[in-house]
Amino acid sequence: MAILLTACGEGPWNSPYPAGAASGRTLFASFSERPKHLDPARAYSSDEFRIIGQVYEPPLQYHYLQRPYALEPLTAGVLPTVRYLDRDLKVLPDDAPEAAIAYSEYAIHLKPGIRFQPHPAFVRDSEGAYRYHALTDEQLASIARLDDFGERATREVTAEDYAHQIKRLAHPQLHSPIAELMKTYIVGFRELADVLKRDLDARGPRAVLDLRDYALEGVQVMDGQHYRVRLHGKYPQFRFWLAMPFFAPMPWEAERFYSQPGLVAKNITLDWYPVGTGAYQLIENNPNRRIVLGRNPYFHDEFYPTEGEPGDRESGLLVNAGNRLPFIDRVVLALEKETIPYWNKFLQGYYDSSGLASDNFDQAVQFSAQGNAELTREMLAQGISLETAVAASSYYMGFNLLDPVIGGLDERHCKLRQALSIALDYEEFITIFMNGRGIPAQGMVPPGIFGHLDGLRGINPYVYDWVGNAPRRKSIEAARQRLAEAGYPRGVDAVTGKPLVLYLDITARGPDDKSLLNWYRKQFDKLGIQLVLRATDYNQFQQKMANGNAQIFQWGWNADYPDPENFFFLLYGPNRKAGLGGENAANYQSERFDRLFERMRNMDDGPARLEVIQQLQEIVRHDAPWIFGYHPKSFALHHAWFRNLKPNLMANNDLKYQLIEPAQRVARQREWNRPRVWPLLVGLILFFAALVPAWHGYRRRQRASAL
Amino acid sequence: MSAYLIRRLLYAVPLLLGVNILTFLLFFVVNTPDDMARMQLGQKRVGPEAIRDWKHERGYDLPLLWNEGAEGTAQVTETIFYQKSVGLFLFRFGRSDQGRDIGADIRTRMWPSLAIATPSLVLGVAVNVSLALLVVLFRLTYLEFWGMALCVALMSVSSLFYIIGGQYLFGKLLQLVPISGYDGGRDAWRFLILPLTISVISGIGSGVRWYRTLFLDEVEKDYVRTARAKGLGELRVLFTHVLRNALIPILTGIVVLLPLLFTGSLLNESFFAIPGLGSYTIDAIQQQDFAIVRSMVYLGSTLYILGLLLTDISYTLVDPRVRLH
Repeated sequence: MAILLTACGEGPWNSPYPAGAASGRTLFASFSERPKHLDPARAYSSDEFRIIGQVYEPPLQYHYLQRPYALEPLTAGVLPTVRYLDRDLKVLPDDAPEAAIAYSEYAIHLKPGIRFQPHPAFVRDSEGAYRYHALTDEQLASIARLDDFGERATREVTAEDYAHQIKRLAHPQLHSPIAELMKTYIVGFRELADVLKRDLDARGPRAVLDLRDYALEGVQVMDGQHYRVRLHGKYPQFRFWLAMPFFAPMPWEAERFYSQPGLVAKNITLDWYPVGTGAYQLIENNPNRRIVLGRNPYFHDEFYPTEGEPGDRESGLLVNAGNRLPFIDRVVLALEKETIPYWNKFLQGYYDSSGLASDNFDQAVQFSAQGNAELTREMLAQGISLETAVAASSYYMGFNLLDPVIGGLDERHCKLRQALSIALDYEEFITIFMNGRGIPAQGMVPPGIFGHLDGLRGINPYVYDWVGNAPRRKSIEAARQRLAEAGYPRGVDAVTGKPLVLYLDITARGPDDKSLLNWYRKQFDKLGIQLVLRATDYNQFQQKMANGNAQIFQWGWNADYPDPENFFFLLYGPNRKAGLGGENAANYQSERFDRLFERMRNMDDGPARLEVIQQLQEIVRHDAPWIFGYHPKSFALHHAWFRNLKPNLMANNDLKYQLIEPAQRVARQREWNRPRVWPLLVGLILFFAALVPAWHGYRRRQRASAL
Repeated sequence: MSAYLIRRLLYAVPLLLGVNILTFLLFFVVNTPDDMARMQLGQKRVGPEAIRDWKHERGYDLPLLWNEGAEGTAQVTETIFYQKSVGLFLFRFGRSDQGRDIGADIRTRMWPSLAIATPSLVLGVAVNVSLALLVVLFRLTYLEFWGMALCVALMSVSSLFYIIGGQYLFGKLLQLVPISGYDGGRDAWRFLILPLTISVISGIGSGVRWYRTLFLDEVEKDYVRTARAKGLGELRVLFTHVLRNALIPILTGIVVLLPLLFTGSLLNESFFAIPGLGSYTIDAIQQQDFAIVRSMVYLGSTLYILGLLLTDISYTLVDPRVRLH
């Protein structure tokens, strides 16, 4: 082994990369779950967005540095203009009352000169015919990967490509997760979906439909660089959807190319090999080993932002202001399923950044006397930095409002849920089970989203008091008082005299979860309430939720976009889960809440909207359909040679802003990884030394038996 | 022998059918088609209509085993079991529930598994047989006693400890090899050397003890005594005569494994990030991808039957006295 290893060359022997790889402008990172879909009509998870966000470009994006999150044009020349129309398609003034608005129309003007990445789908022969759109068996025989196509070409993006992608969202076979939502908004979307479904039923499931033959009434291509999307009613949140890959351009040529059965049989599909205009193109996709992105040679002009929020300049985030993007040439994402090798490789300098698993938390982070997270001395010595950010997510314990014991909106039931909200000490939960990586939630809206208020105005007065300069959870006595008012003094039903028993449906039931489950029991026990934990697998849990059979449950929500509507809709009555299949898992239905929500969702950000949001907060804090749990805090570590990192939990195209200093990385990797051969040699010597007396013994025995 | 082989192959048909039915029933006891649809479509914004469409498109809206609503043969053929099993018996695995071609995936992922499993098996057997013969050679010395004690100790350690310990020692502490990773071509050995070493070392305890038992059974037989009486050295007696006569039980253990080599090892491949088939089935179970689960179980059972058949044939090769009827 030692002899083999001496042939490793000059670099560190334990480097998992080919010689010289670290000296290039390559980012080395990892992924633990293989993405399911890379088709922008289907991909929806953060794992998937992390990859296709670098490849596909919708018209808008989030400003990399500004907070609160702000939209800016990406492939659009300017932010879309919106006009409102009445039923007769007459243009209404911007301040027209909502009831008068029958349609809203978004006009999107594209930047000229944007081109797709080089791809075989665009290659034409001398007569103008597409070279690879009708592959023969002979051609297919020599093709195993997309790289095997000899030629590639590009073309300029047009408004038709954006319209084509919106039609794809309606395609029944693509099962786009936002299709149902868009049916309610984009004019003609539902009709198109029905027509496509009818044609597929008639022509068989393997039929390939050319979407250019189908019209979508609500999407009009005005010219090569200009298209309009017409929506039913007023839906200001549509601008956020325009910043997601669902609305990126898709060339029809790519769809035609990838629909060839010979390529599908080799798993060369649009779901696996994206075709975009972004800073990067996917050049290797082996999600069982690694995914490699390379710079798109046709990427349009885009420059690093010249302004951010206060403090960005001092943090060095504006050093590259105005420089052309991207800075990194290549991104190698390796599959790492296990945290131990992943963490060790990060410490050896072979990954440029790392998340922080619970197993390694104590090794990397410690809390100061003031409760601030700080890096340990070991991390600081390696020049590692820590970035934290509160995610636009909410984790909560929900009550099924259809349940006769815990549900209902009368004062008695509200007080029961308020009592439980006080008793469940989420500050303790965050400390014990999350290593402090979270902040207790005061309501529906996480920090960083419009409508969130800090300080006294932002606390949940049914659960917290404002003491000194901070919220303090009400005492357990206050909770007991509410419980008694609810008709359960000391956890006993005042009418029947029976102890109150509640049921929590949980999917966590492994040995590691025992302490967590005991903690839950203890919290309810503070009020004298017996908690029965109903362990169930996730399938059954989903079914129970769909049927409205659970009593208490835990759930969470990651925001699609930074707007309070994306949180409050989780309690909107017509969005109930039981029977309607919506996202309102608590099956909460309050007429007052619904009316205010309908008003709030279409308002522009401003004092009036803020006021409505606070009214909504007050309703849900009082009714307590959820115990507002916590907003998780993400912790990310990175090495000193990895620059321009600012957590942006909305943007998924952030790689183009980031920068690697390879010389520093190479030097550190060498310094941290010096092979030690001598223990192996000592081991070998000891092994042979142990054999010598045995060999002598054997020889003696042989001689003795010969005599 | 041909009659024997044909008979064995015919026996395999009901066996494979049984395995297929069992897999089918076990899978659908745990997962319903609705669960599968939810898993594939994602957690957010999935309504009942989307679930219904997904099931219809993939034929999961049919009854499981018996279609009451149909007539004639359609009562059997218009079921999930029939629709999903016919192609399987012809080794047409079709597409996974995620839409990928399963055959293509297997063909791609089997090579890294083979790259680690084949040398592990060959080297492991060579090391274990050699060490077992050495222990027999040094029998009744301190080396045998301590050797066996060491074997018991090695057997008592879990394979996960070997992996984590090996990565820590060779990758982190001595910094001799990459902790994990994989590369094809000439660079592959750098990544294979650690899992290979760990795989061989972790198998020494049980392997050496097993082979030692086989050899000890042989060393007291008459032919060995005759060989010694003829003046042959002990080394030659062991490595030539004893080894050859102990080949049948050795082969029984090895040949049956050969067809299964490419299915890989879950633990090794997961910790060393080797892109093999080891985690293919487990991932599919987690993702409730029935198409992959049934394909892999069917393939695994077919290969196991093939392995047993190969073992029988190999007997005739190493021992001319054995005849298959």
